[in-house]
Formats: sequence, structure tokens, C-alpha cells
Amino acid sequence: MSTRRTSPRPAFLVIPGTIALAFLIIPLLALLWQAPWGDIASIISSPLALDALRLSLATSLTATAFAAVVGVPLAWLLARDVFPATRLVRAIVIVPLLLPPVVSGVMLLSAFGRRGFVGQYLYSAFDIQLPFTTAGVVLAEAFVAMPFLIITLEGAFRTLDRRYEDAAITLGASSWTVFRRVTIPLIAPSLLAGAVLCWARALGEFGATITFAGNLPGVTQTMPLAVYSALESDRDAAIALSVLLLAVCVGVLVALRGYYLKGSSA
Amino acid sequence: MTITFDASVTRGPFTLRIATEFEPGTVVAVLGPNGSGKSTLLRAIAGLQPVSAGSIGIDSVIVDDGSQVFMPPQARAIGLVPQDYALFPHLSVRDNVAFGPRSRGAGRRAASDLADATLVRLGISDLSNRKPSEISGGQAQRVALARALATNPSILLLDEPLAALDVETRDAVRAELDIHLTSFAGCAIFVTHDPLDALLLADRVLVLEEGRIVQDGTPVDLAHQPATTYVAALMGVTLLRGSAEGGLMSVDGGGELHIADATTVGRVQCVVRPESVTLHRHQPEGSARNTWPGIVRSLQPSHDRVRVLIDSEPSVVAVVTPAAIAELGLVTGTPVWLSMKAVDLAVYPSPAH
Repeated sequence: MSTRRTSPRPAFLVIPGTIALAFLIIPLLALLWQAPWGDIASIISSPLALDALRLSLATSLTATAFAAVVGVPLAWLLARDVFPATRLVRAIVIVPLLLPPVVSGVMLLSAFGRRGFVGQYLYSAFDIQLPFTTAGVVLAEAFVAMPFLIITLEGAFRTLDRRYEDAAITLGASSWTVFRRVTIPLIAPSLLAGAVLCWARALGEFGATITFAGNLPGVTQTMPLAVYSALESDRDAAIALSVLLLAVCVGVLVALRGYYLKGSSA
Repeated sequence: MTITFDASVTRGPFTLRIATEFEPGTVVAVLGPNGSGKSTLLRAIAGLQPVSAGSIGIDSVIVDDGSQVFMPPQARAIGLVPQDYALFPHLSVRDNVAFGPRSRGAGRRAASDLADATLVRLGISDLSNRKPSEISGGQAQRVALARALATNPSILLLDEPLAALDVETRDAVRAELDIHLTSFAGCAIFVTHDPLDALLLADRVLVLEEGRIVQDGTPVDLAHQPATTYVAALMGVTLLRGSAEGGLMSVDGGGELHIADATTVGRVQCVVRPESVTLHRHQPEGSARNTWPGIVRSLQPSHDRVRVLIDSEPSVVAVVTPAAIAELGLVTGTPVWLSMKAVDLAVYPSPAH
């Protein structure tokens, strides 16, 4: 039987490549292997887990909505080079992406903590306290996750053909109408991708959240924090919650397969 | 709605600097090579590109003076057909056409009715529920025109309206566009790099090169008295420059030609139509006043003729049949004799720049 030779497969690429793949797959399989399948339903439906799941969904969705409302405009401004130093602004946007999340948490504390740069005035003037509150969780998640949305959308705005907007302008559309009826619909796929990426990052947020918002069950204890806490007391629960988070991620990947699983051959 | 354009527009290293007027009821073609400033001119009139200096007036109203005054595009009664049409891909054909009326304040229902009426007028009402991805290039051109006309503009701007079409549909769409442009009461200005579009559609052709107007005339003017070698090449003729005196024209770069009018004196240009040049293997004897030797530089087949570029003084292009190529045994490097009647030379004074 003859096989069609699609590409050469030299061993010096195949062997390390296989090791990389195994390195990524083994923990995945191990988690599923060790999962307490018999008790998983009861663990996941326990009040602690449900609280954490509810809190995680609520905060991550709120953070994503916030990121979209303020991040999309920033992405547009970046793409249109309205800043005197676009590269510097972009670097500032990317910093939280590269920063250890715990550092992001410390930065948020110094900004919005009770004695923080902005936080002291929020506290004294409006009695608003962000650390160790659910709002603080949203803030931590948005801070860490928003760059994903901004960077994705900046690319989309940049590659958008300006002639559509030009046509709309000459047809009499105000800049708001152009943005709403032409620009946003044209970049909708990227908006969805950026929002999902942002949301997934917010859902998984751990370091900044625990640093800035603490680990209070029902208030600031999101799923990743619950997994971490459970690991010290109830290993099975930690694994079960991890399986749940993994399922959510796989679900997102499947939903967006058209966007992320497209190879260069597609 | 007369447009008075007397302005310069700077985009990076490029500057467009022209002064002209556009009259209603006249279809103007702006013809020029890539980078000549054609699109910049359209964008400046539309208000998509502010001028750097000078002013643009629509009727007696200054809409852009490069500093204080700038009327935004939304307020200018402009209909734009962008290059490649730029139909909104997420909207149906009807909603594309309704976009303008809706943006200008019409209700959803009224805008939709107006769109339908416009689509009927252009004979494409059967497309109204389709998406732009579901229609052909020729249909997209009509939809883009309908979208631009639906706001009832007094100025219609078209950027390369036929460039996106293949050869087969081009002729049909051009003929139809001709009808719409001719019946358009306001100023119609279209940009093209195709001389055929300019000659067939326009009442007046504005030729731009490097941001300047090099010729402004009717299609007939362009064909008979091209101002520059670029225009001559577009018209398929050879342009020679030189000085005339006593019925002789001494051509810049070498060579002399007999011309019919002995009274012409001074700097002149002359058009040599390739059909009027006759080729011979030996020095001809006959009534043709002009005969001179040359060497075949290259042969370019086009349709059922062959264009023969000849190095000589002056260098010209001749058009002959493939049969003549065979009979004369012409290949690159063949020495030939050229002959041409003096009356076949169209001589006219050099346009002042």
C-alpha cells in the first residue's frame, strides 16, 4: 500500500515535538484519571462550590463587560494612532499581560487600597472600599484580562478597511452611527474572540484576586481560589472543581473552534 | 452645484495642487496613473481629506479653506461610490441602500421605501434581500450606485467604478453607468486609470500627473492633441515634441519631419498615429514626404495587429498586420525604412505649463 507523502518528518523534530505534546497531555489525562467521578456531582453541588462557581461567573462576566465598554474604545484609539506615542500606550496596555498576577494585585492595592493613591479618596469621600469586596474581584480580573480584549480588537480595527467607514460618512452617518452600524458589526467576530479570551482569563484569575480581594468564601472566593483552598483540606474536591473549570474551558474552545483551531491550511 | 476647487492637499510626501471648476450636468473623468492624486481629489471634495491650503467651494459656499472652515462630509450633498464599492457586508442590499436616508434622519419605514424605489429605478429590485456576498461584481456596482443616489446628492463621486469588473461584464455595466451618469443633473466626477472609461463616459477629461493637471479637455481633444507622452501612450499614439519652421519640424532628440503647414513656427507637438506609418525593407520612392531609416526595437502583438516599436530619428510606433511582419521578415534588430505623409502628422503648438 502506498501512502502519499505530505511532508518530511525528520526525527530531530518529531522526538522533541512528541515530548512537548506529551508534556501538555499527561497532566490533562492525570486530572481526569484522579477525578473522584463517583462523588463529583455532590462535590460540585456543595454550597461552597456553587457559591464559588456563581461568584466566578458573575465577576468574570462583569469584568468582561467592563473591559468591553472601556477597552473597545481604547483599542479603537490605539488603532487610529490618536495618541502622541501609540507604542508607549500599547506597551502600558500589555504590561498586565506579562506581569506576575500577584504584582498586579499589589499594584491594585497601592492604587485602590484604603490608603491607596486613589482608594484613600474613594474611602474618605464616598465611603467606597474596594479591597476584599466582590467589586475588588471584578477590578482584579478586569485589570489582568482586559489587555487580551484590547490587543485583539486593536488588530481588528487596524485591518478594517476604511472605505466602509468612509462610505458611511458620505452617506450622512454621524460618527456614533458609523461606529454602531458599520464598525462594530464588521469587527464582531474579533469582538467575540477578544471577549471570550478576556473572559477565560478573568475566570482563571488567581494571583491578583487573592492579593487584592482576599479569599473570603461567598464574597471573593472564586473558583480558582476555591480549588487552591480545597487542595489543603480536601484533595478530591480540588480535583473535582478543577475538572469543572477544565470543562468550561473546553466548552469555550469548542464553541470558538472556528476562530482558534483554524490552522494555516484552513 | 458648481464645485470650485483651488487647493493643495498634502498626504505624506505627496502634494496635489490643482485649480479647476466642475459644472453640473457635466460628467468629468479624472484620469491618471497610480499616485497621480486622483483619489485624493475625490476625497478632498467629499470631505474625507481636508485640504492643506486654498479652498473648495460648493456653489458659493466655501466648504473647506484649510484652516477655519471645514464642512464635514455628512453635511455635503455627496454621493460616493468607493473603489471596490465597499458595500456593508452585514447588511442586505435594501439596508445598504437605506443606510443613507436612515442616517439623514428618515424613519426605518420611509428609508426602506426609498431604498426600494431606488432599487426599482436602477432595475435591481430583485436583489433587495440578498447580502453583498451573494451578488456579482456588476450587480455590486449598481447597488453601490443606488446607495449613493438614494440620498439624492447633488455631487456624485465614483472611485474607479469599473476597475473591479472582469472584461465581459465591464462593457455592459459601463453602458448602463453611462445612462445614469448622463441623466444625473448634478456634478458627476469619476476617477479612472482606464482611458477607455474616460473616453466613453466623460464629457470632459482631467488628466492628472504627479498631483498636477496636465490636460483638461474633451475626449476628442485628448485623442487629437495629447498634452503629454503619458496621454499619448494612453491614446495609443506617439507624441513628438520639437520646433517648427518653414514646413519642417526638427524633433527633440533628433530627426526632421516635413509638416503640411509651412506657416507653423515655434515649439510644437505632433501626434503620429501608428496606422499612418508605413514600413519598408528598402528606401521607398513615392509621394510620402517623410522617409527615414530605423531599427526594429520590439514587436508587440495586440489583437489582429502587431505594434512595432522602431528606434530611429524620430522614434515612432507603427502598426502592421502579422502578414506584413512575415513578408518584411521583421524581427528585433531588423533595419527598416519608415515613410509617412506630411498631411498625416497632426501638429499643434505645445501647451504651456
